[in-house]
Amino acid sequence: MSFPWAEEYRPKHPFMRWLDERLPLPRLVYGAVGGGYPVPRNLNYFWNFGVLAGVALALQIVTGIVLAMHYEANAETAFNSVEHIMRNVNQGWFLRYAHANGASFFFIVTYIHIFRGLYYGSYKAPREMVWMLGLVIFLLMMATAFMGYVLPWGQMSFWGAKVITGLFGAIPLVGEPVQQWLLGGFAPDQPTLTRFFSLHYLLPFVIFGVVVLHIWALHIPGSGNPTGVDVKSPQDTVPFHPYYTAKDGFGLGVFLILFAILLFFLPNYLGHPDNYIPANPLSTPAHIVPEWYFWPFYAILRAFTVDFILPAKLWGVLAMFASILLLFFLPWLDKSPVRSGSYRPTFRIFFWILIADVLVLGYCGGMPAEEPWVMLSQVATMYYFAHFLLILPILSMVERTLPLPNSISESVLHGEEQEAAPVGVKPATAAE
Amino acid sequence: MVRFFGFLVGLGFVGVAAWSLLWGVIAYVSEPPAETVEHRFHLHPEHVDFSFEGPLGRYDRQQLQRGFQVYKEVCAACHGLNQVAFRNLADLGYSEAEVRAIADQWQIQVPSINPETGEPAGRNPIPADRFPDPYPNETAARAANNNAFPPDLSLMAKAREGGAHYIHSLLIGYRNPPAELPEANRPGQGLYYNPYFANLNIAMPPPLTADGQVTYADGTPATINQMSTDVSAFLNWAAEPKLESRHQGGLVILIFLIFATILAYLSYRNIWAAAKRNVRATGPLDPANIARRQAAEREAGIEG
Repeated sequence: MSFPWAEEYRPKHPFMRWLDERLPLPRLVYGAVGGGYPVPRNLNYFWNFGVLAGVALALQIVTGIVLAMHYEANAETAFNSVEHIMRNVNQGWFLRYAHANGASFFFIVTYIHIFRGLYYGSYKAPREMVWMLGLVIFLLMMATAFMGYVLPWGQMSFWGAKVITGLFGAIPLVGEPVQQWLLGGFAPDQPTLTRFFSLHYLLPFVIFGVVVLHIWALHIPGSGNPTGVDVKSPQDTVPFHPYYTAKDGFGLGVFLILFAILLFFLPNYLGHPDNYIPANPLSTPAHIVPEWYFWPFYAILRAFTVDFILPAKLWGVLAMFASILLLFFLPWLDKSPVRSGSYRPTFRIFFWILIADVLVLGYCGGMPAEEPWVMLSQVATMYYFAHFLLILPILSMVERTLPLPNSISESVLHGEEQEAAPVGVKPATAAE
Repeated sequence: MVRFFGFLVGLGFVGVAAWSLLWGVIAYVSEPPAETVEHRFHLHPEHVDFSFEGPLGRYDRQQLQRGFQVYKEVCAACHGLNQVAFRNLADLGYSEAEVRAIADQWQIQVPSINPETGEPAGRNPIPADRFPDPYPNETAARAANNNAFPPDLSLMAKAREGGAHYIHSLLIGYRNPPAELPEANRPGQGLYYNPYFANLNIAMPPPLTADGQVTYADGTPATINQMSTDVSAFLNWAAEPKLESRHQGGLVILIFLIFATILAYLSYRNIWAAAKRNVRATGPLDPANIARRQAAEREAGIEG
């Protein structure tokens, strides 16, 4: 485990002792999310979002498995089977609205989780592997969400599938064969629907596996914290349970309240009306837009409008993939030894510009490809790449950072004289 | 090394995006995008106060029955409702016998076979049947409608921006084209000007033409506006029949969640009470931390 003062699992009940000796599963849970995982005592509410993303994944898997019992992955009947779920399956409307809006909430909490990592430098050593596994989860989420949106076989399902797989067609030489291989034909049809359904069922379990790796990798150095200062002594930490289970319980309550408001009172607010029209290969919608959580990337894709050595479309595709892949290199692009944005005044300015920039990209991505949205997304795309590839590397070399607190306890005690008592750690353990 | 290559890649993407922007600006300045005719004349749906809106909204059963009557006597001649079954009409407040009668007397038959010969035939619908389509296929529908295809109305209230408001506005929105409408956008043969429709010219002839077109069973005066509001409400029910259980269930769940969250908050405070005495508030937003930071910034000579 991460720190020498981590509480060891001592089963009290004879059955648990019997079980622990044969299968140390209780020990694993205790060390992962129980009293045996010491966590910095100064985490703020932004540290709730990892757990919330895990809950969102669980909700998606549970609702999705039940939906799959009623859904038909058949181009003739898929649309009607979704309406059958909405009208005739007991509480089917709840399952489907929970699943569709659950995807949106999964992305909301994941985006907050990612930006928390960007602000507090969670990607920096020794947590690079945690960061990169998180990005793998994010990519898998995007693939899963995209394929899930195709399943109702409405107009946006069909045309979204056509546009997104068409991106691969921009790759020179192999593009078209790859596109046909993905679709199982020249256009989205029955083979596309069945393979997307199969993969949409598979990938969440792959995500679950990578989440296990993500948490495993996190437990090697232990959780970061808002100061970015390493944990130095037992005074700096509290056991995950009950301290952060309680805090996460409250965070989960707030999350579920917001989720319930959307699900029960605005279930179609984040959806597109065109997806209530059955897929029709002969009628193109006026504006093809993906789901809102893809809008920033969609804006980057459409920002490249002029050929320059390579065709404009290929630039757009490259930029869209690069905009995510560059995040894998972030730990080596930003070499500032100070992790937390709270002690990097100049970084903080650029961070908030980046937040505004991504929001602008998202807004432009949801608008039709007309002026002034295209020009605006071009400016925002320039800043996005400049931020990560030009500004951060230079900034981390020249920036004047603020003095760091000596320890987490010091940062939260505001110079109080007395030593903070170790919280939730038995004095005997602390003294060892 | 990573930073060097990152720098090159960054310059590449920023440069090409800037190049695109340059051409975009040149095009924008030399040829400012003209306002499209659709953009200029298109109207957004008018707002109607429907009883089913808002977090506690419920359907008005009388209104749904009136709306169903309008659908049955006006719309059903051309538009299907194939996601809805006759048995669902019980939701509108009809008794079982009434539903059976409505199904049995429906103007369109359900495709069937002759039980003696096995040849294609038709039979009267039963409550378990869905509303039969008015046309056997799209070709037949187009042939009967000047090559336009009347869409199924089951999900219309969710499949258009503005929903029931849009349907209402569209039904009462027919008018003579304005004088300044360009010639190319004037309604051609078999088209009707309607500013609420996306491309301004719709193939559907005005369906509600005169007050009293439908004689309401409950005696409500059947003005065009009334008929259009009622049928819009009915179509909203057809698209979202579970709206009431959704609203009611949502309210119960929300009350439960708020209660549970308050308890969770109190237990969080309780568990942290001992630790908080030492920890107090944390993070960059804590007032004490802000003061500390500002002091440190002054010390370090950073202004602002």
